Amino acid sequence: MKASVIVFPGSNCDRDVKISLEKFGIKTSMVWHADAKLPKSDLVVLPGGFSYGDYLRCGSIASKSRIMKEVITHSKKGGLVMGICNGFQVLVESQLLPGVLIRNINLKFICKNITVKVTNNKTNFTSKTSRNSVLEIPIAHNEGNYFASKDLIDELEDNNQIVLQYCDAAGNITEQCNPNGSIKNIAGIVNKKGNVFGLMPHPERASDELLGGMDGSLIFKSLK
Amino acid sequence: MQEVNQELAIKHGLTADEYNKIIKLMGRNPNLVELGIFSAMWNEHCSYKSSRIWLQTLPTKNKYVIQGPGENAGVVDFGDGDVVIFKIESHNHPSYIEPYQGAATGVGGILRDVFTMGARPVANLNSIRFGSPNHEKTKYLLNGVVSGIGGYGNCIGVPTVGGETEFDQCYNGNILVNAMNIGVAKKNKVFYSIASGVGNPVVYVGSKTGRDGIHGATMASAEFDEDSESKKPTVQVGDPFTEKLLLEACLELMQKKSIVSIQDMGAAGLTSSSIEMASKGDLGIKINLNLIPCRENNMTPYEIMLSESQERMLMVLKKGKEKEARKIFEKWGLDFAIIGQLTNSKKLELEFNKKNVCSIPIHSLGDNAPKYKRDFITYSYPKAINHDSDIEKLDIKDSLIKILSHHNYSNKSWVWEQYDHMVMTDTIQKPGGDSAVVRYHGKNKGIAATVDCVPRYCKAHPKSGAMQAVCETWRNLISVGAQPIAITNCLNFGNPEKKEIMGQFVDSINGMKEACEALNYPVISGNVSLYNETNGIAIYPTPTIGGVGLLKNINNMMTFNFKNTESIIAVIGETSGHLSQSALIYDVIGDKEGPPPQINLKEEKKNGLFVSDLIKGKLVNAVHDISHGGIIVTLAEMCIASNIGAKIKVSGSNSDKIKYLFSEDQARYLIEISKKNLEKIKKTASTKNIKIDIIGKTQSEIFEVENDLKISVKELKTKNESWFKNYNKN
Repeated sequence: MKASVIVFPGSNCDRDVKISLEKFGIKTSMVWHADAKLPKSDLVVLPGGFSYGDYLRCGSIASKSRIMKEVITHSKKGGLVMGICNGFQVLVESQLLPGVLIRNINLKFICKNITVKVTNNKTNFTSKTSRNSVLEIPIAHNEGNYFASKDLIDELEDNNQIVLQYCDAAGNITEQCNPNGSIKNIAGIVNKKGNVFGLMPHPERASDELLGGMDGSLIFKSLK
Repeated sequence: MQEVNQELAIKHGLTADEYNKIIKLMGRNPNLVELGIFSAMWNEHCSYKSSRIWLQTLPTKNKYVIQGPGENAGVVDFGDGDVVIFKIESHNHPSYIEPYQGAATGVGGILRDVFTMGARPVANLNSIRFGSPNHEKTKYLLNGVVSGIGGYGNCIGVPTVGGETEFDQCYNGNILVNAMNIGVAKKNKVFYSIASGVGNPVVYVGSKTGRDGIHGATMASAEFDEDSESKKPTVQVGDPFTEKLLLEACLELMQKKSIVSIQDMGAAGLTSSSIEMASKGDLGIKINLNLIPCRENNMTPYEIMLSESQERMLMVLKKGKEKEARKIFEKWGLDFAIIGQLTNSKKLELEFNKKNVCSIPIHSLGDNAPKYKRDFITYSYPKAINHDSDIEKLDIKDSLIKILSHHNYSNKSWVWEQYDHMVMTDTIQKPGGDSAVVRYHGKNKGIAATVDCVPRYCKAHPKSGAMQAVCETWRNLISVGAQPIAITNCLNFGNPEKKEIMGQFVDSINGMKEACEALNYPVISGNVSLYNETNGIAIYPTPTIGGVGLLKNINNMMTFNFKNTESIIAVIGETSGHLSQSALIYDVIGDKEGPPPQINLKEEKKNGLFVSDLIKGKLVNAVHDISHGGIIVTLAEMCIASNIGAKIKVSGSNSDKIKYLFSEDQARYLIEISKKNLEKIKKTASTKNIKIDIIGKTQSEIFEVENDLKISVKELKTKNESWFKNYNKN
């Protein structure tokens, strides 16, 4: 499997995610946002960070950058796309995923370990996890509060597009364990076709025993 | 142009004597641009005129030090051709005026100091101090500063891994924001600010120059009064996104062999950066101000030279490398302008609209800058106070809970969860431990770092307080298994023109010097922030110390949470029962008099090296240095971090117990030992003449002092975690 990590000005988890991808056997190249052509890839990763300084709206300027045309074409052809944190924001701004990500309900940046429940393990990104299993993965964001209309949420549920939901250690989805105010505790979703995945938690920060956990590695292992 | 006279010079923060000195050095009256430049270079912040003669007495060398004070940051050897570069700097005055931008640009400035030297920044730390929580501005300042630090560090993608947050009424009118950064580089790829090569091009890169921050350094060199709010325009505005681009562009260019010297434009902007480079190289510099990229129209030479717009760098390139360099900066969307060249005139020469607007001999700005030996007093060690009547009937449980839920000793996760402390995926010990540890990227070694100071000790006896601050960082590094290497200091004091304040400064330097020498733990960089006073009321002396240590093998890293039940709990070091200035007496009883704990540097070193050996020998399961609140609070923290209980026994009267449990005697550690290792440890301790008290053992869930208190760890945790959440609820 070959992956391309897109580097926007202001991306800052590009190196981190590359290390994790390579650790789990995925050959990875870095692609500059101004490049006109995407190298041949099975997977495109939009990394975390502050593309274009989060100016205007998180992910908004990046969604209009040159390489994104290629990423959109890649996704339309069924190629895999994964957006982590700021990458998820770029995916909703590009309309490759539905809904929006607004400011955390407490209006603060939050960086901590949280737990998410795998609501759908039948995706290309979660196949190595068990359904309803609980993963401990860190979050680090200011705008991770997933919002969508009721119709859209119903549609996501009907199509099994909700992949990860914030939960407590036992897997209960409660208001107390929702760190940012997301509707339905949504932490990650896929598109209808199932080839585009956006998530707020950072699996690359939970793929090394020394960093305190390996739960994130299940996502990288699922990609192979 | 405005007429330059003594009155105008005084408005620029210069004294009449200093103005006369300028005329003498110049051999004529300065024009307005020149006066502005002198005032920017000769203010306290840039010239260190009150502190310089004392700073020179500090030890700055050991076998690890490659570069001590005098550069943008200090450099130490980390083995295998690797170096670690670090520095701490204050951004106190601007943060009080505009907390978000003040704190953010403090982080931005220290980051630039480190990457200017060719390092990739890998860790941010900070020490932030606010006034009383009840003071009307405290909540606003706390929230602004924490958001500002996070806003900058999170965006640029450098983890904020440690620090301290405290409150005391002495900071009501002058908060402290001290930001530290650590970077890594290859030993043969360190860049310095010394310019060389007459004719080499001087290049400006980064953001455009605006009218923000004009006179920022001068503002930071004066006391505050009721009108401080009106100084808002002197605060710079940060743009971490541009800094991220600047960082990547600089590191990319540094891979080539094009840079002769490089200097960030920090305090006093283009003025100090150009003068510092030329002065170190004993050269002149000629700049055409029409070539400076400006953000606003019609900026005057005065404004251009004094602007403190952020995210700018000045470089001297090798002749002929301009094209290669320009290409890199253009790729990152940054300004790149060749603005002048090095000359052999030994003058700073500025041209604007084809006219010469400034010609100052460079050495008159630096070497000939005023240097004062200000009057000072010496503080003697205060007389001991008997606290028996305070503690006779004091309830141990109640006192423990009061300390754990006190704003200064409560859990600080509300603060550090607003900082991205994990980006770069090398943070192997997160905030909340004795020291933060980041893995040296791609290697098996780690960098341990901590920032410490106990201002109440420093107020009570400045010399002991400064020694204690150095020792506490040493202890915190030892506690995670690291070898302490060197420190950086951020010296925050009041108005040095008062002999009481100058005395605090001098005594602190002397204390620091003794401690650094005894521990072979030199100062490699730092910063002085004076005039932290409002309406004549000064802050407590606050010599913040940032300590850095080398963890040779990250698999030997130690943490302070208990690992097992049924382990032995022991105290390393002598407990004499010193209560004055302790958390118990100062914060719970409210008695602020009396001496701080004595520092015994021999004990400090002996006990530290003993604990260090225990960790290396894998003989201990947990280590925590004993600080605020004494043994009992330290023990409670170890329980809270692990959700494991403890049962200890203390003998004697209630007063004896209080003294043993709450005293803040120094050079002590609390350790967890498996039963099987106990005899071996005791034996080694006795041959090395180390005091070791076995006080109890770990158990499940319950925290217990036999016959005195029994409480669930869960409840302690709740008490310890509630203050920040409640305070910031509305």
